[in-house]
Parts: sequence; C-alpha cells; structure tokens
Amino acid sequence: MNARDSILARLRAAPAGDPAPLPDVAGWYAAMPRLDAAERLARFKAAIEASHAEVHETYRSLWPDLLLSIAEQKGLRRFLVGGTPEAALLRSRRGALDFIDYEHAGIDWRDEMFANVDASLTNARCALADTGSLVLWPDSREPRMMSLVPPVHFVLLDASAIHQHLYEAMNKEGWADGMPTNAVVISGPSKTADIQQTLAYGAHGPKEVVVLLCRENQE
Amino acid sequence: MSQPIHFHPSSGFDQRSREAMNDLHLRRSFRGAMDFLQAKRRAQFTDANELSRLRDLGEAIRRHALANLPQLLEELESRLSRNGVQVHWAQTPEEARAIVLEIAKRKEAKSVVKGKSMVSEEIGLNHALEAAGIDALETDMGEYIVQLAGEAPSHIIMPAIHKTKQQIAELFAAKLPGVAYTENVDELIRIGREVLRKKFATADIGLSGVNFMVAETGTLFLVENEGNGRMCTTVPKVHIAITGIEKVVAKLDHVAILNTLLPRSATGQPVETYQNFISSPRKPGELDGPDEVHLILLDNGRTQAYGDVQLRATLQCIRCGACMNHCPVYARIGGHAYGTTYPGPIGAIISPHLLGLGATHRLATASTLCGACAEVCPVRIPITDLLVRLRNEAQAADADSSLRGAGESRKPLVSILFRAWALVYRYPTLYRLSTWLMSRGRAFMPGYQGAWTGIRTPLIPAKKRLRDLMAERQRTN
Ligand code: SF4
Repeated sequence: MNARDSILARLRAAPAGDPAPLPDVAGWYAAMPRLDAAERLARFKAAIEASHAEVHETYRSLWPDLLLSIAEQKGLRRFLVGGTPEAALLRSRRGALDFIDYEHAGIDWRDEMFANVDASLTNARCALADTGSLVLWPDSREPRMMSLVPPVHFVLLDASAIHQHLYEAMNKEGWADGMPTNAVVISGPSKTADIQQTLAYGAHGPKEVVVLLCRENQE
Repeated sequence: MSQPIHFHPSSGFDQRSREAMNDLHLRRSFRGAMDFLQAKRRAQFTDANELSRLRDLGEAIRRHALANLPQLLEELESRLSRNGVQVHWAQTPEEARAIVLEIAKRKEAKSVVKGKSMVSEEIGLNHALEAAGIDALETDMGEYIVQLAGEAPSHIIMPAIHKTKQQIAELFAAKLPGVAYTENVDELIRIGREVLRKKFATADIGLSGVNFMVAETGTLFLVENEGNGRMCTTVPKVHIAITGIEKVVAKLDHVAILNTLLPRSATGQPVETYQNFISSPRKPGELDGPDEVHLILLDNGRTQAYGDVQLRATLQCIRCGACMNHCPVYARIGGHAYGTTYPGPIGAIISPHLLGLGATHRLATASTLCGACAEVCPVRIPITDLLVRLRNEAQAADADSSLRGAGESRKPLVSILFRAWALVYRYPTLYRLSTWLMSRGRAFMPGYQGAWTGIRTPLIPAKKRLRDLMAERQRTN
C-alpha cells in the first residue's frame, strides 16, 4: 500500500467517537447585533487605523488628486500600477509620478521591483468592519506582488463595500462557489514583534498602507 | 568510534530544565514575554460568556473535521487536484523530506526560502536540504534570528522569545557583513528586511506551513504578520506547503470562526496582518504566483493519536500556543528544555505520538495539572486529562496499550508498590493492619525514596494514625 492508502486505511480503522454534527456557524453570526452602513464604515476606519494604516475619505471623482498630493508629501515617485481603469485614470493625471506598468514589465524584473519601486495602487474588492481589513482578489490586471512588494501600498476602497465581518463577505459574495488563485485579507502594514515583543512596521511587506475611501460623488 | 545520535528528549529533560531554571536572563525573558502575552490575550476576550460560546464553536468545528477526517482529506485532495495543486502524502519524516528533495532536484533548485512552518522543523527539513547542497533560509524574523544563531525555536508562535534585543544586536553585528551593533529594533528589522528581500527575489522554491485546509474549496489558509509567508508563496516559481493531516476543516466559513480564535489566543491581536487563501497555482494570463503548488500531508504518528477516541482530541489543536503562554512550568523552563519541536503542554501531549512515549514520557510529568492550559485552549482540548492518560500509559504493561513506547517508564518496584497500595485500599482490615504496621515501624522508613527524596526530606508516617487519635479523644471525653 502506498502512503496515501495506508494513512487513510488507519484513519478508517479507528473507532468512531461521539457524534460531531456540522457546527452552526451561520447561527453564531446571526446572533450578532447588525451594524448599519455608517456604523460599519466607522468601525472599519477605527480598526484599520488602530492597525497603523492611514485612511483618507474622499469622493469617486477626487481620489486621483488626493493620491497625487499624498504621494508628493511622502516623496513617492515610482508608482507600480496595474491594467485597471483606475490606473489609466491616474496615469492621465500624471503629475510628478513615474509609472511602472506591471503588465509590460513582465515577470522577470523582480530585482527591479524589489529595489526600485516606491509605491503601488490597487483596488480593494471589499472591506471588513470588525477587524479593519481590506479584501483583495489579485488578478491579471492587479497581480499578487503589487500589494506585497512596494514599500507603500495605496488601496482604493468603495465606501459602500464594507461588510461586517469575513463570514458576511464570504457568504454574500459566494466565495465557496469559486475561490480565486489567491485571495488576501490585509489588516494594515506588515509588522513583527519578534524582537523582544517590540512592534516594528515594515517587516517584509509594505511599511505603509494608505486607504482611499471613496464615497459616491456629491450631488 | 562514533555512536549514532538518538533523539531522546526525555533523557536530558531534567538536566536541561535545571539549567534553564538557573539562567536568570532566560527566566526573565520568558516571564516577561508570558506576562505580556497573557495580558494581551485577556484584553481580547473581555466577555467571558462570548468567549465560552466561541470556544464551544471552535471545538465543534475541529471535532467535526476529525470525525470526518478520511472523507475530508479525500475531498480536499480531489478539489486541490482539480485546482491544479499537487497533493503528496508522507507517513514519516523521511518520506516527507524525500518528497521535498525530489521536487527540488527536478527543479534544479539551489535555494529555498521558508515561511514559518513547525512541521518543517518536525521533519528536520533544513538539515536535509543543506545536506543536498540546497540553501534553506528561514524568513520569519524570529526564525531567521534563531537560524542565524544556530538554534531551534523556543516557542511555536514567537520563535526567538528567549533572546534579548542585546543578544540579537550582537548576533547581527557578528554574522552579517557590514552591519554595526545597534539595539534599535526598527533598525534591526530593517536590516533583516534588506537581507531577506534579496533572497525572496532569487529563491527557486518557497516553502510554507498551513494553518487550515478547506476541503470544500481546496484552499490553503495561511496567516502571518510579516509578509514573508506571502513572499514565500508568491514570488518563487514553486511553492511547497507542508502540514499535518489533521489541519483540514470541512467548510470555508469554518475558517472565519477559527481565525477569530487563533490570533486572539496566540498573540492577543484582533487579527493578523495577512490572511492568505491559496487555491491554485498561477493560471494562464496571471502575471505572478508560482507555476507549481505542492501540498505535503504528513502523518508522523498522528494516526496513532487518531486511533484512540480520547487521545484524538490532541489533533483538535490549532497551534495557537496559548497553552504554553499560560503554563507555569513552560514559563520557568522555556521551550528548549523540552527538547521537542513542540514544547509546553501541547508538546507534552503531541510529542508521544510523533516520537514514541519511550522518548517523551517525562514531558507529561512536567505539569502541576493546574489546568491553566485547558482553560485557555480555544478548541477546548482537555489537556490535563490527556497528560494524566499519558502518564498512565508510560507505566502501562505492554499488552494494555497500543501506543508506541507505552510502559517505557514502568519500574518493577514502583508497579509492585502501587499494586500493593490498590490491594490495601480494597480491604478495610488489611488497610488497618498496614497503617498500624507503618506507624509503629516508622523508624524503618528508607532515607532514599526515589524521585521524592531527590529534592525533599523523606516521608515518615506519623506516630499515631488518625484512627488512634480519634480513639484517644473518645476515651478522654
Ligand atoms: S493545545 Fe490548545 S492552547 Fe495549546 S496550542 Fe493547541 S489549540 Fe492552542
């Protein structure tokens, strides 16, 4: 018998224990008090700020200007962007930024990306209020390394896309019906407390996470 | 002539504990860290009722997974295969190492970057890779420090918890070219970041552990704060994940519950920086991510625990480390004294299955049975009951136990004494007679009474039994 069959055979030969019914996860969440949209937004903001991310509230039409001014303040020039309409919009405003296009750069320019990129911009798919988290489903337009390698990560978040918790996001968006190659839930900049429990930011991933929280444009 | 070295944690345990007890630096590091982690956990769970119900649910999820383990593993395997992930099974550490080496050879790999994986420690992977001429670099800051120092982790969540920042500053200055001594933690982390970034960019293989595997979707779930786990699973062309067979859960939403328990129990943080769901290798059109993803499912004695209905609970563990953070013994002797990959209470209950009771039975005695571990365990493993059971198994007559190494600490004299005790307690006349004999023959008690007199004065029966005192009292009344 090969390893697989031997292991499974040993497990099958084991005596049955007490019955263990499918746990009622839905019931747990149903019993929680529901937050309305404004409460979810406030909770999200407070929680992710507590995890050391910056949140800037803005409007759909205004975020590129906001981003440019933050980038200028922080002295960021070399921007990694993906193949999204938002990236195209930002490029059309250009300003003082240099843009590096992930798609045209290809996969073999790692050294360059690891050493010479200042910041990146990606969209968030949605966010989670209770833990202050951003949900990203990287794809061919916004690859995985974009939210990982650059030292500063700008994230565009639609203010109406904030779920109460991870379970709600999974459930409402039907994650179990088809998971992407990689889904990632990000709660602030990368950090470590491995040296004498002293918290330090910017361990291996971004040192800063800047959330541009976009509401629909004012009438 | 050189002797083969046998790994035998029990044999050096007393010696190592004594050394640790006498090391004031170490004691201070651990005490400080334990107090810190306990306070942080407490702050996360302010509502005792809610915590209790959440632990019920966490336990129910893990028990459900174990009750259906063979089916869930098959479901997981078929989902993962359909997603393009290659699934391997290993019964022993040797088999697991061989699988990794085979992949490395096929890929002509020269270097492996590693995310935190206790299972890779369990199978001694780094040595095997190095012996094959492949660089194996730990990338979790704590693991990196420990590797640089040529040591092993002393805690499953915070590997370098035994080191002070001065020790780390000295280590970096001594081992890293061009690095000056600094005690500034931000600076030390920046140095580590720079060194490791170069490695991520060029490594051939990324190796990681897994926190949970989801059968329903064929998903590997990994959590971390640093981003090194994402680096290892994203940047190199090949990703190898390795974990124990017990880490599977049935449903994706079970992860949502377990991960509200895990970070809060482990480090007292509400959530980790990164929750990473990996379900397939790079798909056509995607611009990054590994071309190959492998999952190695390791048994290494877990099926032995599974074979016993009581001991099966050991496999509910989600490796949060809360039991060690709250253990009065662990806090005093630290992780290295145990001599096993997994120290503390969880180490004492899992190691006998991985290494046999013969090599590990002393660990179950390193407990006051105060129950702090079971009280904080997020999935309600009855750790103290299991410790008592393992103590008994270590004394069992061979035929009575199915555990590897059972009965290895059985001593004929001790077992005769206990059998005599059982007999005496069964018959009141015999009991009366023996207590009479003992109280009258107290002068004959031996000065050496085994482990008891190692650090205590000998036990000497009282001159008068309770029975005698009562009789006297009734006479005087
Ligand atoms: S036994 Fe319980 S407390 Fe200890 S590591 Fe496992 S889950 Fe955590």
